[in-house]
Amino acid sequence: MIDFRSLMQPHRIVMMLVFAGIVVWCAFSLQWGWIPKYTPLALQGIWTSIWLLVVTVVLGFLLAVPLGLAQAIGPWYLAAPAKVFCTIIRGTPLLLQLWLLYYGLGSLFPQFPWIRSSELWPYLRQAWPYAVLALTLSYAGYEGEVMRGAFKGVAKGQLEAAKSFGMPRLTMFRRIWLPQAIRNVLPTLGGETILQMKATPLVATITVVDIYAVSSRVRSDTFIIYEPLLLLAVFYILIAGLIALAFHWLEVQVLGTGKRAG
Amino acid sequence: MTGLLDSLGLAQSAELLSLSPPGWGGNLLRGLSHSLQIAFGAYALGLVIGLFGAYGKLYGGKVTRDLLAIYTTVIRAVPELVLILILYYVGSDIINKISSSMGGGRVEINGVAAGIWVLGIVQGAYATEILRGAIQAVPPGQIEAAKSFGMPAFMTMRRVTIPAMMSFAVPGLANLWLIATKDTALLAVVGFNELTLETRQAASSTRAYFTFFLAAGFLYLMVTLCSGVIFTRIEKWARRGQPSLTGGRT
Amino acid sequence: MNIKKLLASGVAAAILSAGVASAEEVKIGIAAEPYPPFASLDSSGNWVGWEIDVINAVCAAAELECVITPVAWDGIIPSLTGQQIDAIMASMSITEERLKTIDFSDPYYNTPAVIVADKSMDIEATPESLAGKVVGIQASTIHQAYAQEYFKDSELRVYQTQDEANQDLFAGRIDATQADSIAMADFVNSDAGACCEIKGAVKDDPAILGRGVGAGVRKGQDDLREALNKGIAAILADGTHEKITSNYFSASIY
Repeated sequence: MIDFRSLMQPHRIVMMLVFAGIVVWCAFSLQWGWIPKYTPLALQGIWTSIWLLVVTVVLGFLLAVPLGLAQAIGPWYLAAPAKVFCTIIRGTPLLLQLWLLYYGLGSLFPQFPWIRSSELWPYLRQAWPYAVLALTLSYAGYEGEVMRGAFKGVAKGQLEAAKSFGMPRLTMFRRIWLPQAIRNVLPTLGGETILQMKATPLVATITVVDIYAVSSRVRSDTFIIYEPLLLLAVFYILIAGLIALAFHWLEVQVLGTGKRAG
Repeated sequence: MTGLLDSLGLAQSAELLSLSPPGWGGNLLRGLSHSLQIAFGAYALGLVIGLFGAYGKLYGGKVTRDLLAIYTTVIRAVPELVLILILYYVGSDIINKISSSMGGGRVEINGVAAGIWVLGIVQGAYATEILRGAIQAVPPGQIEAAKSFGMPAFMTMRRVTIPAMMSFAVPGLANLWLIATKDTALLAVVGFNELTLETRQAASSTRAYFTFFLAAGFLYLMVTLCSGVIFTRIEKWARRGQPSLTGGRT
Repeated sequence: MNIKKLLASGVAAAILSAGVASAEEVKIGIAAEPYPPFASLDSSGNWVGWEIDVINAVCAAAELECVITPVAWDGIIPSLTGQQIDAIMASMSITEERLKTIDFSDPYYNTPAVIVADKSMDIEATPESLAGKVVGIQASTIHQAYAQEYFKDSELRVYQTQDEANQDLFAGRIDATQADSIAMADFVNSDAGACCEIKGAVKDDPAILGRGVGAGVRKGQDDLREALNKGIAAILADGTHEKITSNYFSASIY
């Protein structure tokens, strides 16, 4: 946590005053009149951004566990596809993956008329399922690679000990292997989640109205360039800070010290 | 099934992707070359910023260190897409203001240069952290030994610190290069003619969205895989003379 | 089509031209996203279309040395005010809202806004008929402003390009789209647009839909505005405008 005394050093006080000056200057000399009109829309956008982030991180992580496991100990016919999947996801831009899923798949729909009468159609029509899918796969791809290392990093002795006690494989996985692996990746999860947050604005390009889309809307309605972008940047910095704090808290809860327990 | 084959349009795709008009393959390759130019430039700029940044963070004064901390924190917390928009508009504003205050005319920034500037600033923040970590991992005794022999600071950096830190920095820098190539795709949203925008233009002109996005994905993947091979070699070279990390772990 | 004439400017535009501009060069901003039949990229990387021909004709008549510069439509006005380009000739309608930020030349074309929907759909170009429907529109256009004002009971989906809205209409993800009549006529006559038809023009609202398409310039750039006005007047008077139009459309669009 921030030490209060460390903030009281002379140069930091000067810097904070300069910063406060910039904030005041921004508040008075830039245009903020548009804010009240767009507040309801912005709140919706913020909700969409956060919702997307949470859902895709959770789903992506759930998918990353089998991907990591398959690569770490799976037979070749599971390990190879998992590796190919991770390589493709990590080797191509997310923007392209998103457009391939949304516009690429969309361009194939008309050739299959039965799609439109299927139960899934109301979802396929919306943009958010594609956003969730693309972001989930992306998180799973990156985290799957991390999980592979985490599973490999679990000390062999523990597993052998469990085996020698006759613990069933599934229990062993649930009780020893997975918790250990999660402890191993926990320090990197916060960073990965911030990266995922930074990927969310891409969904605006497929018509999902997240906070970035709202800021674009303000820009195109009012032709004000910097103000919405600045506010947007501040919002993302705050969220990144919250994510960092949340994972720090989680680490303290799980690992006891907040440091990686050797 | 025939419908699927048709839509994936194998014969048709080959025609669409052929290198000479009416195929769009040439456009994609031109986009790829722009993407790579921007990625190279941004990566180089990022490394320069990163080197200064790392030295500033480690040996700079209090103010330098705090400013650099703000720089790396902010850049790494704000989505690249937002940074690209801000830097794109701010950058051309600043350059035009400087130019007009010096009595010069308007300076035209070409797309590649603007892309390099925007992504370079972003890359710089990550490079700063990677290089700082790598420099810290160099045994301090080596640098102190150089100092005690009276080696000038710059020569110490060139002869001792940089070669010694390379092996620690290469994996991070390899990853950063991959980020650079993929982040160029974001410039499509600002309207730069790189691979992703060329793909989008080709796709919407021909309506073969699936074909073109797949083709572009393939190109990006090739860049990634080739880079992987090259960086493995660089890593081997950077580690020459050092005990293997995978082998004798104690 | 006047492809040869475009070659020089097209290639220059495609590589976004390099170096420091000479003083007389006028950078004409067009949308980097294709907008057929007004401006789109062909497979050899040249910009072609009605508007590209008109830009070249206007510049020739006004004796301006123009360079066509594609920028993202979404940020085209900021690019103008930020001096990355000198004028916008990207099918941008002259509206009150935009006049607060930039100036416009005289109009060089004017077409109504229409609603396009699937042939099987019973839709009219009225707010009542579109209530509860999903309507796709392009960001930062008069159509977005209009839809936000009039189609309050419809679900609006905002796309970065009209092509993507068309694509989703084709895919069935949206029920209707509002756009320029000429661009839409081109779309419904294409293979992909065969699904759909023009359901009619929306009720005019000059305050939002504007009074035709003009060239946007920065406020205070009166020399350039006058030069462009002169060029536009010249091609309208000597029949060049008509000739270019007849290469693309069956009726006049001025």
